[in-house]
Amino acid sequence: MTNYSDLTTREAFGRVLTKLAATDNRIIVLDADVSRSTMTKYFAQAFPDRFIECGLAEQNMISIAAGLASCGKIPVASTFAVFASSRCFDQVRMCIAQPHSNVKVVATHGGITVGEDGSSHQAIEDISLYCSLPHFNVVVPSDAIETVEVIKTAIATEGPFYVRLGRSKTPVLYPNGCSFKLGRADRLRDGEDCTIIAAGIMVSMAVQAADFLSKSGVRCRVLNMSTLKPIDQKSILDAASDTGAIITAEEHLLHGGLGSMVAQIISCNNPVPLSSLGINDTYCKSGKPEELLEMQGLTAGDIEEAVKAVIVRKKVR
Amino acid sequence: MTDNNINNLENTARKLRRDVISMISKAGSGHPGGSLSAADIVTALYFSVMRHDPKKPHWPDRDRFILSKGHAAPILYAALAECGYFPLEWLDTLRKAGTCLQGHTDSTLTPGVDVSAGSLGQGLSVGIGMALAAKLDRKDYHIYVLLGDGECDEGQVWEAAMFAPNYKLDNLTAIVDYNGLQLDGTTKDIMNLEPFANKWRSFNWEVMEIDGHDIAQIIDALNKAKKVTAHPVVIVAHTVKGKGVSFMENNVDFHGKAPNKAETELALKELA
Ligand SMILES: Cc1ncc(C[n+]2csc(CCOP(=O)(O)OP(=O)(O)O)c2C)c(N)n1
Ligand SMILES: [Mg+2]
Repeated sequence: MTNYSDLTTREAFGRVLTKLAATDNRIIVLDADVSRSTMTKYFAQAFPDRFIECGLAEQNMISIAAGLASCGKIPVASTFAVFASSRCFDQVRMCIAQPHSNVKVVATHGGITVGEDGSSHQAIEDISLYCSLPHFNVVVPSDAIETVEVIKTAIATEGPFYVRLGRSKTPVLYPNGCSFKLGRADRLRDGEDCTIIAAGIMVSMAVQAADFLSKSGVRCRVLNMSTLKPIDQKSILDAASDTGAIITAEEHLLHGGLGSMVAQIISCNNPVPLSSLGINDTYCKSGKPEELLEMQGLTAGDIEEAVKAVIVRKKVR
Repeated sequence: MTDNNINNLENTARKLRRDVISMISKAGSGHPGGSLSAADIVTALYFSVMRHDPKKPHWPDRDRFILSKGHAAPILYAALAECGYFPLEWLDTLRKAGTCLQGHTDSTLTPGVDVSAGSLGQGLSVGIGMALAAKLDRKDYHIYVLLGDGECDEGQVWEAAMFAPNYKLDNLTAIVDYNGLQLDGTTKDIMNLEPFANKWRSFNWEVMEIDGHDIAQIIDALNKAKKVTAHPVVIVAHTVKGKGVSFMENNVDFHGKAPNKAETELALKELA
């Protein structure tokens, strides 16, 4: 048995994909010269005939995947999140989104925690781009265990998927397994003062912040919003009515990401005080992942401060 | 192929050309030039070369046709209707609200259309995906992709061109409708493609050059292409944009413009 909890999300992806493919020969994997990094290399070793090396030609890769899907295959196309989103967006739109093609785009190296490679390699627009596409399911798992469940769900669910994974190791949130449900937020903590809604690597920081705040009597609900599309509107509105204040936290631009989606939903229904943490209309620089998160105000400490401030606004209101 | 058969196919091509003119005229917009230049190629494929069954558009063993130059949708719709994929009356609904015949091909709406197109440059890659699937499943269906010459300005075409020979996709045939015109002018002026055949050769494709309005030649080339092993084949089909309608021939104005009433009548007379 693989112990996924020790792995990065991309390692978990590579391993579970290979496992699933052993009993489902419809699974075909495509990569664009980064399989050593996306970890589709495991699949390539195990099933060389079903691994399609495209070279660094992402546009071609996406359209090929659509052709395979039209013949009944389940193609999983993988590369870095920057390239999987902006480099081949028209191909994704025309060949996958519009015709509801059964292609799974699984991108690694999402967000700024790619780190030292700098802005060219830091995908900060990908969620916004993929969520803008009709028919797409968009999922950002929070740890390796959830990644395994997300990949299983994506393979088993007909239709287009974008799954965003990270480069670096993430703390384990689900040591005892995870019952991921597409389109359903997972409530990791409960409280009545505020709700922290987070996705991806920010979920563990949200939990950390909530646990710290509880020591001083501030009780937070924490939602892991791993599915960004279709987003769990009910959980968001329940959070608004039950806790009266919301913080969002994401490793992505504020424009078009989790924060703006939550804002859209509550402003139309129940506009409680909201504060969103994310990247504010800027590109980031090279540096260690922790340093970059700090520079962008994306730490557990920043979440704590935001919670305190939003609770003040709630009282004024 | 007997002369009689060829004669019948020529008549079919003429019928499809008339349909193209009527459809676009009724729609009030569309792309006659590139539809007419492809008429003989599409006729050869659907009425002679391809293995397909209009009653079973999803038959897994069918040959696939991808109209990568999706703006030529009218010629494909005319052929599909003539084959019986859907009623001929549908042709009158081209581009109208609620129609199954969209301005550019839409695989979710039209029986017999496997690929949505309109953003140029993507069809050859999709065809590669289908060709790979056929190889994986050890099936013998063949994939035909029709590209425009102007379309070959797109970088993705050359990504696909590099890929297919590397995977020895001998079940894939690309056909380039080499009519020498694109949207803004001649391919020579806008972006010279030459030496075109040699580009494909240097990418390790088997290249054939034919007269794209000689149905016997088209069929012969397509059948030869099917027999080539270990290499994909590209057929550079020399054509005339607007072929069959004197005032549309080689006239870039009719790339994407519908004929008016008088022009429609004249065109239909010439194609009678
Ligand atoms: C990606 C993309 N860019 C631009 C266009 C607009 N466009 C439509 S047809 C055309 C010219 C195509 O020329 P060609 O491929 O030679 O087609 P044909 O002559 O057969 O009509 C252009 C630029 C498009 N449809 N897709
Ligand atoms: Mg042309």
